[in-house]
Amino acid sequence: MPIKSYLAHPHDGKKEELIKAISSIEQCEVMPAQNENLLVVVTDTLDELADKKLAEEIEAIDSLKLLALVSGFNTPINK
Amino acid sequence: MYTSVTNRRSFIKKMAMMSAMTAAATMFPGIMFAAEQEKGLPKGGNLDWKKGPCRFCGVGCGILVGIENGKAVAVKGDPNSSVNKGLLCVKGYHQTMCIQSKDRLEYALVKKNGKYVKTPLSDALDLVASKMKETIEKHGKDAVAMYTSGQSTIPEGYVASKFMKGAIGTNNLDCNARLCMASAVTGFLTTFGADEPMGCYEDFNHADYYITWGNNMAEMHPVLFSRMLEQKNNRGAKIIDFATRTTRSSMAANKSILFEPQTDLAVGNAICYEIINNGWVNKSFVEKYCNFSKGLTKMGYGTEDNYKFKDKPEKINFEEYKAFLDDYTPEKVAKYSKVSVKNIKYLASIYGDPNKKIMSLWCMGVNQHTRGTWMNNIIYNIHLLTGKISQPGNSPFSLTGQPSACGTAREVGTFTHKLPHGVVMNKKDREMAARIWKVPVEKIPAKPTYHTTEMFRAVDRGDIKFLWAQVVNPLVSLPRTSRYRPGMEKDSCFVVVSDVFPTPTTDVADVILPASWHIEKSGLYGNSERRTQHWDKMVEGPGETTPDAWMTIEVAKRMGYGDLFQYSEENHVEEIYNEYRQFHEGKKHNMAPLEVLKAQSGAIWPYVDGKSTQWRFNAKYDPACSNGEDFHFYGKKDGKAVIWQRPYEPAAESPDKEYPFWLNTGRVIEHWHTGSMTRRIPVLHKAMPHSYVEFHPDDAKVLGLRNGENVKVSSRRGSCILPASINERGLPTKGQVFVPFFDENMLINDTTLDAFCPISKEPDYKKCAVKVEKA
Ligand code: SF4
Repeated sequence: MPIKSYLAHPHDGKKEELIKAISSIEQCEVMPAQNENLLVVVTDTLDELADKKLAEEIEAIDSLKLLALVSGFNTPINK
Repeated sequence: MYTSVTNRRSFIKKMAMMSAMTAAATMFPGIMFAAEQEKGLPKGGNLDWKKGPCRFCGVGCGILVGIENGKAVAVKGDPNSSVNKGLLCVKGYHQTMCIQSKDRLEYALVKKNGKYVKTPLSDALDLVASKMKETIEKHGKDAVAMYTSGQSTIPEGYVASKFMKGAIGTNNLDCNARLCMASAVTGFLTTFGADEPMGCYEDFNHADYYITWGNNMAEMHPVLFSRMLEQKNNRGAKIIDFATRTTRSSMAANKSILFEPQTDLAVGNAICYEIINNGWVNKSFVEKYCNFSKGLTKMGYGTEDNYKFKDKPEKINFEEYKAFLDDYTPEKVAKYSKVSVKNIKYLASIYGDPNKKIMSLWCMGVNQHTRGTWMNNIIYNIHLLTGKISQPGNSPFSLTGQPSACGTAREVGTFTHKLPHGVVMNKKDREMAARIWKVPVEKIPAKPTYHTTEMFRAVDRGDIKFLWAQVVNPLVSLPRTSRYRPGMEKDSCFVVVSDVFPTPTTDVADVILPASWHIEKSGLYGNSERRTQHWDKMVEGPGETTPDAWMTIEVAKRMGYGDLFQYSEENHVEEIYNEYRQFHEGKKHNMAPLEVLKAQSGAIWPYVDGKSTQWRFNAKYDPACSNGEDFHFYGKKDGKAVIWQRPYEPAAESPDKEYPFWLNTGRVIEHWHTGSMTRRIPVLHKAMPHSYVEFHPDDAKVLGLRNGENVKVSSRRGSCILPASINERGLPTKGQVFVPFFDENMLINDTTLDAFCPISKEPDYKKCAVKVEKA
């Protein structure tokens, strides 16, 4: 049950667009920085395959310039 | 650390979020995540939001605490607070989580036969009062002492002062603000004759340059640093970091300039030399509003017991001051400060440019310095010579560390020499205190007794036989704990400690009193910009936890001083504040009425005709100016500020063959001081679980050290084992190591030196000599 966190850098002027796009994905939580062009994204998926697919889905978003993995945790879902 | 199993998954998500925020902070120091405050709010919950100031640092951010079913379930930044406009740092967001800690002190504990026994609070207070009384009867009133805090609320500090000085009649009261702000106070008093900054946070919106003097604001004053970054991004304001170590603040600054420890004195003087010799002096300002003075030099460092020093100020003239500065040409100073001539001239040219507005900002680097008063004086010299002071954006800004170091320690005056108005040495000030406290004036002794370091030396010597520590953890935070811990453990002193959690200081107590935490009581704090903030009690505390002010009152009553402490338990905060306000009546320091503080997110004193005074000493903004000129430094009798001739002198202890490294100690963003609260907040603890010793990579290479490898840091006083940290959070200069002091399992203060500034008596935690070896 992977939980991962990323730093997502939007293209210039596309921060709002990126927030919207990532927030619309169910397994993602987004926290935009108030004073920098950067978002923190936390993902919560059922298994490795879903996790990989989700990362691909995020990376395909047009307003995203760069996605950098920060941390990964694997945890049983009901613990 | 307590984590409920059912919450484990959401906790891990929070950890993941925290890791990413920490990583982001490394890349973008000062980055803020306002949305963090909305996380974890019960969906559709019906929260009652209560306002107050943050529990932690001297920035004094406004918080809103969400209460549901009598519990604090969320914290967010107060959008109505002009301090933080809704932002908070990581400590701020998570502050209330420590209340849930399993090892909370909920009941009084009394040591019997070496074991702590749960005792009804009333019995414990009886014991404290009887022990105090008995000690006074046997050994005199100067055998009892109270040690309080810049985190005590205004009412807590006020009743402690009234109890010790007015009721018992001893000046044996000091507080931990001696360890962080005393040099700032003596700096203000010697230069202006009035404590606390002339400016306010609004200065950030006007300054073109922010010059930080030994001050890692990105970690220690994060919300203010984010305000600087905002101005940097929006209007090109520039940040110059002048420090002995590369930190997150240096990385975000436009320029970082490193100096050899202690040589800030010389660089400051070199800046003054350049200002004078390039014709950048604001002559009319200096002529109208400044005097020149010098004081004694080579006065030692106070490392011996019973050290005494009294300065002898002597007036000098401008020419004499100018001649003194000839020893501080940039060329001469560059040789020992390791700051290039070019950089010294660059700094001077910024201060000297009449078209640029400048804020100088400092905190512990300047204050925790064996010549801390002098350093404060020198920074004011620069601003006075150029006339850049008391105007929006032109502001020498001494930042404070603790949430009420200003409001309580300095304004109420919980130092040995202080009274709520003025000092014990002044007859008029004693008379005022006696009148308001309704005690005979002879009761208040005219001579100060022990400042903090000397107080703990007196405990060690056996001179103090009863000590009550409130809201403070000296056995982690004092310098040279290797002497003072065994001192406190001696049977010669009966030790009472009031706290919220167990600490190394409660470990040596004879009685532990269970204190209410921040939001479990009402209170008032005063922050760095002279802002007083009030909060109402928000939740009930567990067990028999009780506000510190009320425990002091209860002990005073038991000792027979009930007639001086006729406050009601329900309303004591309000009653005490209204009594205290009388001390500051008048245009120079009037405090806002409680109704105002209840209605808005704080007010800045002097609060005159319903208005905060944002810039003191400037007739345009400050109604206390009365000399008919543009500026009036009314703290001094002749209305003039003083430019002080203060030389460079070496540190009390410098690296040598045997102890070849400088040791610098300090803080990290995740933890509040000795960690007793923040290490009980799981996300903060996990983000920074233990202390470490930072090396320059070249030194680490010579020593053959790898990251994480255990290292023994030893000084002439003690040692401490910590993991090495290389190229991580900060980068000390070659020949220097840095250690954060928050970790009670790695007591770095066992090694630090109890040398202090002879004027302020504030210890220097930034400079002593150590050796390092693999453990
Ligand atoms: S900057 Fe200081 S006052 Fe503001 S939230 Fe952080 S710790 Fe609290």
